[in-house]
Order: sequence, then C-alpha cells, then structure tokens
Amino acid sequence: MIQLEQFLILSSLIFSIGVIGIFLNRKNVIIILMSIELILLAVNINLVSFSYFLGDLTGQIFALFVLTVAAAEAAIGLAILVVYNRNAGNIEIENINSLKG
Amino acid sequence: MYYAIVFLPLIGFFIAGLLSFSHNNSKVDKAAQIITVSFISLAALMSAFAFIIHINDHSIIHIKLFDWIAVGSFIVSWSIYVDPVTRIMLIVICSVSALVHIYSIGYMSHDNSKPRFMAYLSLFTFAMLALVTADNFLQLFFGWEGVGLASYLLIGFWYKKSTANAASIKAFVVNRVGDFGLALGIFAIFYLFGTLDYQEVFYKAEALAAGTSNISSSIFFFGYEIGSLNLICFLLFIGAMGKSAQIFLHTWLPDAMEGPTPVSALIHAATMVTAGVFLIVRCSPMYDLAPDILSLITFVGATTAIFAASIGLVQNDIKRIIAYSTCSQLGYMFFAVGVGAYGAAMFHLFTHAFFKALLFLGAGSVIHAVNDEQDIRKMGGLSSYIPFTHMLMLIGTISLMGFPFTAGYYSKDAIIESAYLASSGFSSYAFIIGLLGVLMTSFYSWRLMFLTFNGTSRIEEKDISRIHESPNVMLIPLIILAIGALFSGYFFKDYFIGSNSELFWGNSIALHHHDEHHIPFLIYYAPMLLGFLGLFLAWYMYLKNKSIPGKIVKLNGPLYQFLLNKWYFDELYEFIFVRPAKAIGHFLWKVFDGRIIDGFGPDGIAKVVLDLSIRAKRIQSGYIYHYAFAILIGVSLFITYFIYRNL
Amino acid sequence: MTATLLSFYLFSTVILLSSLMVISSKNPVHSVLFLILTFFNTAGLFVILHAEFLAMILIIVYVGAVAVLFLFVVMMLDFNFSKSKENVLHYMPFGLFIGAVFICELIIVLINTKLDLANIQILTNPFSNFSEMTNTQALGSVLYTDYILYFQLSGVILLVAMIGSIVLTLRDRPGVRRQVISNQLERDASSTELKDVESGMGVDI
Repeated sequence: MIQLEQFLILSSLIFSIGVIGIFLNRKNVIIILMSIELILLAVNINLVSFSYFLGDLTGQIFALFVLTVAAAEAAIGLAILVVYNRNAGNIEIENINSLKG
Repeated sequence: MYYAIVFLPLIGFFIAGLLSFSHNNSKVDKAAQIITVSFISLAALMSAFAFIIHINDHSIIHIKLFDWIAVGSFIVSWSIYVDPVTRIMLIVICSVSALVHIYSIGYMSHDNSKPRFMAYLSLFTFAMLALVTADNFLQLFFGWEGVGLASYLLIGFWYKKSTANAASIKAFVVNRVGDFGLALGIFAIFYLFGTLDYQEVFYKAEALAAGTSNISSSIFFFGYEIGSLNLICFLLFIGAMGKSAQIFLHTWLPDAMEGPTPVSALIHAATMVTAGVFLIVRCSPMYDLAPDILSLITFVGATTAIFAASIGLVQNDIKRIIAYSTCSQLGYMFFAVGVGAYGAAMFHLFTHAFFKALLFLGAGSVIHAVNDEQDIRKMGGLSSYIPFTHMLMLIGTISLMGFPFTAGYYSKDAIIESAYLASSGFSSYAFIIGLLGVLMTSFYSWRLMFLTFNGTSRIEEKDISRIHESPNVMLIPLIILAIGALFSGYFFKDYFIGSNSELFWGNSIALHHHDEHHIPFLIYYAPMLLGFLGLFLAWYMYLKNKSIPGKIVKLNGPLYQFLLNKWYFDELYEFIFVRPAKAIGHFLWKVFDGRIIDGFGPDGIAKVVLDLSIRAKRIQSGYIYHYAFAILIGVSLFITYFIYRNL
Repeated sequence: MTATLLSFYLFSTVILLSSLMVISSKNPVHSVLFLILTFFNTAGLFVILHAEFLAMILIIVYVGAVAVLFLFVVMMLDFNFSKSKENVLHYMPFGLFIGAVFICELIIVLINTKLDLANIQILTNPFSNFSEMTNTQALGSVLYTDYILYFQLSGVILLVAMIGSIVLTLRDRPGVRRQVISNQLERDASSTELKDVESGMGVDI
C-alpha cells in the first residue's frame, strides 16, 4: 500500500521546487507568485495525507483554510503586481530593488 | 542699615544686569547708571555714618541672616559681622566704589554697553562687601571668589581686544594659585578645629597655642610634620599673596591694566587687592601665634615693595607705573602686618585707597584727555591744557610720596617706624627696604608727573587741538578723593595708630604697643627727607638736565633691561609653567585624548560600526530572490544541525 | 502493485514534472498552464486520499479562479520576453546545489524519522465519528460547528483581499464623464434654458 512517507517526500519535493523557483527566477514576479502557490500546494498535500493516515478530519479543514488564504494572497499579490506594472512599466525582478538599504 | 549696605549693590547689579540686555538705548543706559550710582552712594553714606557713630566704641554688630550650609555638625551661616576692621573696609569699599561709579558715567560715555559695566561694578561691590562682612571663612571664600569673578569680567570688559582677554585669563589663573592656598587653608582649619567661624577658630587657636587643647599641634603635610598653626597661616597667606599681587604671584596685576581705568582704580588699587591684607588682619589673633609666618610675611612684603618700586622706575605706561606702585604699597602693608603693626597696615590700606584711586582716576582723566594714549613718553606739558587734572594728580602724588601732613605721610611713617621698632624676624630688612622704597616711590611718582605734565609737549601737532579737560562728572569724584588723600590721615591717625587706637579697635585686631619716644630724630624724619630727595632727583633728571637718564641707561644697560622687563618674571613663568603646561596639554589633547581615548573609544567604535554597516548594507540588495536564498540557506543550516545532533 | 499505487505514481510524476516546468519555462503563459496541470493532478491525489471535497474545491477555486486570474494578469500585462539575461544566471549552479542539498536533507529527515501513527492519541475529529457520512457532509458538520469562528475569519480575509485588490487597482481617470445623480436631482427650473429649435438648424451650446 501507499505509505505516508511517499506523500511526504512528494510534498517536500514540490516545496523545494517552489523555493528554488523563488530564488532562481529571473524573469518576472508572476513566477514568484506561482512558486508560492506551489509551496502552499505542498503544504496542502501534507495536511491532507496526514489527515488520511491519522484518520482525522482536522487536516482537511486546515487545508481548506490554507486554500482560502492562498486565494486571498494570490488576489492581493496580483493586484500589487498590476499597480506596480502601471507605475514602473515592467515587472522584471532585476529592476525591483527598492527595498535596498 | 547694614542689610542695606550689603544688599543695595546686589539689587543694583540685578537691575543693571537686566537692563544690559537692551543695546544702545540711551534711556536704558541712563536708568542703569542712575540706579546703580544712587544705590551705591546710599550704601556709601550709610557706611560712613556707621563709621562715624562707632568711631569711639568698638562695638560689634553680628547679624545672622540664614544658615547657608548645614551638614551634621558643620554649619555655615550667612551673616553680617561688623567690627571696626569691617567698618573701615566698608567705608573704603563703598565710598571708592560710589565715586568710581560716578566717574564711570563720564569715562564710559562713549562705550556701547554701559549697563553691563555698571552691573559688573555693582556685582564686584557686593562680592567685596560679602567678603568683609563674613563671620566665617566660607562666606569670606565666597566673596573672595566673587571679587575674582568680577575682576575677570571687568578686566576683559572690552572683550573684543585680544590683549584684554589674555589679561583677564591671566588674572584669573594666577589668582587660582592663591585661591588654591586659601582653600587648602580653610580645609586645614576645618580639619583641625571643626568649625569655620572666626571667633571659635581664634579661641581654639589660642587654646592650641597655650597647650590647653586636645587638638594636635602638628600636622603631616606632604609627608612633613608642620606646626598646625604655621601651616594654616602659611596657606592663608598664599591666598592673600595671590589676591594682593605679592611677589611671585604679582604678574597678573600690571596686565590687569588692560581693563577700563575706573576698574583699575576700584579693583586693582583701592579694594580687591587689599583683600589679602584684610584677610591677614582679620586673622591677626591667629597670626600672632605663628611668628615664623609673620617673618615670612615681612620678608615677602618688603621684597615686593622694593621689587615693584624698582620696576616702576623705568616703566613708560602711565597705568603700569601706578600699578607697580600699588604692588609696592601692598608690600608695605604686608610687612606692616608682618611686624605686627596691624593698625598701621589698616591705616595705610585706608589712606592708600584714597590717594591711589585718585591717581588712577586722574590717570584715566589724562588718558581720556589725550585720546587713549597711555605712553608717558608721548605726553608732556599737559599742565596748561588740563590744569584741573594736573592739580588733582599732584595731590595724589604728594600723598603717595609722603609729603608732610598728607594722608600717606602718616600711614607710611607709621609703617616704617613699626618696622624699626619691631624685633621680629626680618624687621630690620623691612625697615631698610621701607626707606629705600620711599625714595623710589617718590622718584617714580614725580617722574610720572614731570613727564606727563611738565616740560615740552611731545604730542603730535594734530592731536594737541583735541586735548580737553574731563567733564565735571569725572572731576567731582576726583575732588572728593583728593580731600580724602589730603586729610584722611590727619583726622584718623589717632584712631588707627594713635592715642585712641585701643578704644577704636577693641578686640578686633591684635594690638602691640611700642614706646614711641625711642625713635631717633633722624629715623623719624628719614622717610620725609628721602621723599624730598626722590622729588629732587626726578626734577633734576627729567626737567633740569634731561640727558642724565639716557646716560644712566647706557651705563647700566643690562640693569635697565632687567627692570624694564619686570625682572623677567613673565618670561620665567612662561618658561617654567606655561610652556610645559602647554606641552603637556597638547600631548594630552592630541595624543592621549585624540589618538588613544578617541581612537579606541568613540571614534574607533564608530569607525568599526560604520565599516560593518557598509558591509552589512551590501547584504541588503533589495532583490527578493536574495532574501529567499538567504532563508533557504538558513533553513538548510538548521536542518543540518538537527541531523548532526540526532546522528 | 495496485491501481491506487499506480495512480499515485502517475499523478506524482506529472506533478513534479509540471511544477518543474512552472518555474523553468520561458513563457509565463506556459507556466500558468503547467500550474493548472499541477493542480489537476493534485486533485487526483486528493481523491486517492479520500478527500473528495478538497479535490473538487482545488479544481474549482485554484483552477477556476486563481489560475485563471494568473492567466488573465499574464495576458493583460504586456511582458517583453525577448530580453534574455544570461549574465545574471552565473550563480545558478550554486543556487541549484543549495536547493539539492535542501531536498536531500528533507528526505533524509523523513526517512530517519519513525512515525508511529497507531499510537497518536490527540485525534479531535476521527473518521470513525463520520462513518456514515460523505466527505463533504463530514467536513461541513465540523467546519460549521467547531471551526465556525475560523470559517468566518477566512471570510473576512477574503473580504479584505477583495477590497484591497479593488483599492489597489482603482484609479482616477481624468476626462471620463460620469453620471452624478445628486447633481441631476439638484437641478431646478432656473438653471435650465429652453430653446426652440427649428427643424434642421441645431443650436449652439
């Protein structure tokens, strides 16, 4: 049968791909937002698989909340992106460094 | 009444000080002048009244105003303590101060900050009054420092003049040396006697000397065992030396002439510089118990008298000559104290205040007349232009030289006679010096007079038309002082040193009586004769045969240079104290403070922080993926750590 | 090798490959499409794990709303993909190395950790309580009772997100004529002017 570890390895791989996507990405911010979605997806897989293997429904409930927050975050992130694009004219990551001290 | 005497000047100071915030407002100037002058004059009248009504009874008025400092058994009160000595000081201070205030109205008429000047004068007067009305050493110290401050402010009154600033700082610093001694003396008094009150200290000192006290009669000071009373008296004398410009600590007084002339008259001739004499006379019960120190005082005083007089012989600045004369006369007062003639010292202090203030104010009038020229070589023949000033200066000069029946005649004779009669250490030295000093005093005074007023004029043609007699507001104080210089000796000699002295002084000073009939005829008239000899010499050398001074200078070149350069004291101090101090200061500033403390302390830390921040700034690139990468590395390190720990 | 295991491997392989494509494809539109593929396969995994409701929600919310939103934004913003920035990739190998180390460490930790699931006693909503319900019913019976506050809070979060997005993207466009109803209603007879317009002539305003 399928083991919990298999799901956990899968989710950690997806998580890692998401993280690597954040810092290796050079094209535009929208890819970073997608990477964050991937990370959250990995978390959801984790929660649901634990829920299944423990026989407890709570994990699924939390996956639901994570889904909600992810949706809200995507909406806000994309809105910021649109505004930024309107102001700066592009969304290239190399140009976004106004956080520089 | 005594409250008013002491505090009217203070009120005047506050009002004039507030008024000094408005600049160049003639109404405000006038208000400040009227207020301060009227307050001081009122105080002067009241102190004169107090002096007259108590002239035959030595009553002591002791008013405790409030406790100033009360710490455990150490209680110092603020008080007004008036005994005959104080009354003399009061009348001297208040009257000279009042006259100088009035004189300043005229003298400072072209100045831009009259209220400030009047305020400083009033502040000085208050501090001096606080000094003389003290009943304990700490209040005396307050007044002592207060007059020092006022002196500093007034010498540097023309603060835009760099020489005035330098002179004021010099006066302050040299006075600090003396004040250090005074402060140590006060500490020693408190250490030994546990109190600072005059009466208690004198009482305990007597008990100590009589051996009926449990206070130790010797004290370890810098590892040497010294008699307690000797130590105290010596330290107090150091303070007196600083304030009264005795030799070694005299260098500030001639330089103090950078201040306005009324200041020189008030502070550096009549009042503040006599504070040292006052201190020793006040402590005369204690000094009588320390004969060694009295000998030292005699020696220092006599040396100062001859030393300052010898410098006065060759100086060319009208004010400096009078300043050295002051220094010399203070030397007279000191050796009078040293030989135990406290009454004669006070008498000379009293008369000296009049004629020296007169001379200074007269010199101010001369300077005023010739448009701020102070070099007597550039004067001459002024008597026809300013006859009134000439006459008044003449009165001051004859009083100073000891012309018969003038004030100086009585007081100086009394001092020299006391020195002759005394048997204490150095008294014969003081006597000879005193006689020699009379000759020199007379010579340099008349030299000053002849070069300034007589002979042919050496003033440039274009300036002659501008010579003018001073206004009445300056001449009237001079007339009053002239009256004092002429008659104060004759009227008060019986009280100070004569038949009424016991009644006059009471217990306020230690009195010694000598049999006056044993003075030989020649000794009795010697000072007068020497005075006339000096007059004759000056007349001969500067009016009759003008080539003689030049020849003498040529014959005795090194001596002349030695005297002209004031015995090279300034150069010596420059070499011994000032340069090493500067070098040490420079070292501490540049190397110790700048490199070591700042280098490793604030500057070093700041530099390191700046360096680190510049490096740390690079980490914050502003790129999101850098931060994400940093987070990843951090998480990886954490996981590595946990794996490693669980292996 | 059961059908379940087979489908798990199928789904997970597609998920991994497509998520790799999400972060590596040059065209953002392709990335979004691969993201959608990832979501679909994850929904399949959820079905394997008997979380049918979440699987459906994933498709509806993620694929139907979020991913489409991404696609919409990507297409709306006119990106310039022609610029290739090879010079900024010079420390790519190092980044990949750290990422690989990270993945390896995660897997090492997973393998070395012994999970004893049978003895966990902190279950709050065990499946046995909902044995006769469907997954949707079971979730609802828990969500609307025990987690009602969290549920409402997530609603508030969505509201905030909505308002925030609107506020962020709203802009005042000058020169746009709008209907101001209050102004229209304020009008009275004095402010109007009646003109007789002859046919075929028109008026000057």
